[in-house]
Amino acid sequence: MKLHIVIVEPDQDRARLMIDSLRPLGHAVTVIAEAAGLARRVRDLAPDIVLIDMANPSRDTLEEMALASGPLDRPVAFFVDRTDRDLTHQAIEAGVSAYVVDGLQPDRVATVMDAAIMRFQMFRRMRTELETTRRALEERKLIDRAKGILMKARGLSEEDAYALLRKAAMDQGRKVAEVAGALVTAAGLLS
Amino acid sequence: MNLTPLRIGFVPLLDVAPIAIAHELGFAQSEGLALGLHRAPSWSSLRDMLIWGRVDAAQMLAPVPVAMALGLGGDFAQLDILQVLSVNGDVVGVSNALAARLRDVGHDFAFANAQMAAHDLALAARGPLRIGVPFPFSTHVELVTYWLRASGVAYELCTIPPPRMAEALAAGEVDAFCVGEPWGSVAVELGAGTLLLPSRAIWAVAPEKVLAARHDWVCENPDLTGRMMRAIWRAAKWLSAPENRMTASEILSRAEYVNAPTDVLERALRGEMVISNKGELRQVPDMIRFFDGAASFPWRSQAAWFAAQIAQRHGLDIDASMRSAKSLCRTDLYRENLRSAGADLPGASEKLEGSLTHATAVASERGQMILAPDAFFDGFIFDPDVPNG
Repeated sequence: MKLHIVIVEPDQDRARLMIDSLRPLGHAVTVIAEAAGLARRVRDLAPDIVLIDMANPSRDTLEEMALASGPLDRPVAFFVDRTDRDLTHQAIEAGVSAYVVDGLQPDRVATVMDAAIMRFQMFRRMRTELETTRRALEERKLIDRAKGILMKARGLSEEDAYALLRKAAMDQGRKVAEVAGALVTAAGLLS
Repeated sequence: MNLTPLRIGFVPLLDVAPIAIAHELGFAQSEGLALGLHRAPSWSSLRDMLIWGRVDAAQMLAPVPVAMALGLGGDFAQLDILQVLSVNGDVVGVSNALAARLRDVGHDFAFANAQMAAHDLALAARGPLRIGVPFPFSTHVELVTYWLRASGVAYELCTIPPPRMAEALAAGEVDAFCVGEPWGSVAVELGAGTLLLPSRAIWAVAPEKVLAARHDWVCENPDLTGRMMRAIWRAAKWLSAPENRMTASEILSRAEYVNAPTDVLERALRGEMVISNKGELRQVPDMIRFFDGAASFPWRSQAAWFAAQIAQRHGLDIDASMRSAKSLCRTDLYRENLRSAGADLPGASEKLEGSLTHATAVASERGQMILAPDAFFDGFIFDPDVPNG
């Protein structure tokens, strides 16, 4: 049986990656990118499973639907299968939450969740890597500016300027980037 | 001193103040705690973080532990209510279009009379109103439902995350909202709407957020629980001094906490509410309260009121629901852990809700303590021993 899966994801690239991992399993996938009118759109689509990033604030809107129990509603009933603690822990770890229509077979849910969890772990790794790269870049810029200040103020070579920064950092038990940041701030105040 | 790490989760709102201040001003450190504060993007995520042990304790909407005990929204785990973090602090606001129609029918926007506001809303509304609330189980939902139940106003509740509320009102997704500060005032600042009522006009001492932890965690960590409760209680006491409001607002305005303008936060703490973009100012005593009038005591009768409301709406046994809700309120731990910190403790753990129209002295362990007025807007008196709905 083909499942209808709705993905709530504002980021187009991430949504595309999710679709690519779920469609080969034979499921129909719809993406909702907008937070506005989310509850109504999900209700209209009446999916079997809704997947949403735990970091997405609009998740609370879906909670409301989990309570709907009118005869015409197809309520999405719970946060990932409570009977499967491992799966739930993995999902939370990866940052994905799911709402699943009542009565859907647990093993069918598990297959979809496994795929979603793998994708989200990848997103998380990408996000962490991006953040690490960004920070490294910022630190390098800061150190370059501090070196420049030292070279100008004390007539040092670039190498000596860096050695001085590193020594100060070691003496104070701080990171080179921290010392560089302090120097740049201080120089800014003095100029 | 070796500090014990403790993880607490929160959602960006003014009422996270006692937790933020406990961390920032060293109240936690004096209890030997190193707080790790985790900002959650939504209430459902915070609830899951708490249930699945990614945080040890959390700021929580007061009705969430109650609803969970009644098996609603998922039968996950028992959450204990350790203490109340804040009383009041929400506002009801309306869109510019609805505000204009309210003015047309002669509403005065005095920002005080809930009866009058409901009456005028019934005259001004064209068709059912869509009212934004932050979560299906929240003080907001309970207050709005209670306020409008006999008003003749037709409405539908829509769940919108607090920081998105102003945007939703501006975009016409909702006609009105009930939301915690500063997000109501932010809607005014953005010119998206006008404030109609402070939540305290509906119920003068509605417990808004509570400090919640998993029951099994509390049982396994009695000492840590006590230290956390004292640190947060002392922070609430610090917050009760008017001269500290500015400092508190500056800390809370930072991106890692509420990420909202300092002056908007401070106005709410002072109870000086700007209700429209024309700058109309309204004084609201008790706009939000953290400490005075036994604000932090987890009254069993308040949890019972939420339970009675929720049970009635969901067709559950009201009497049984009230009993389960009361058992979540750890008045035993409050007494045990905060007596030594100097808290005065009420003689009883439940009271008639809505019976006080003025500040009233009641018996306490140290003699007498002053309870704040707790009236409902319609004069209703709730007896926690009578399942009256």
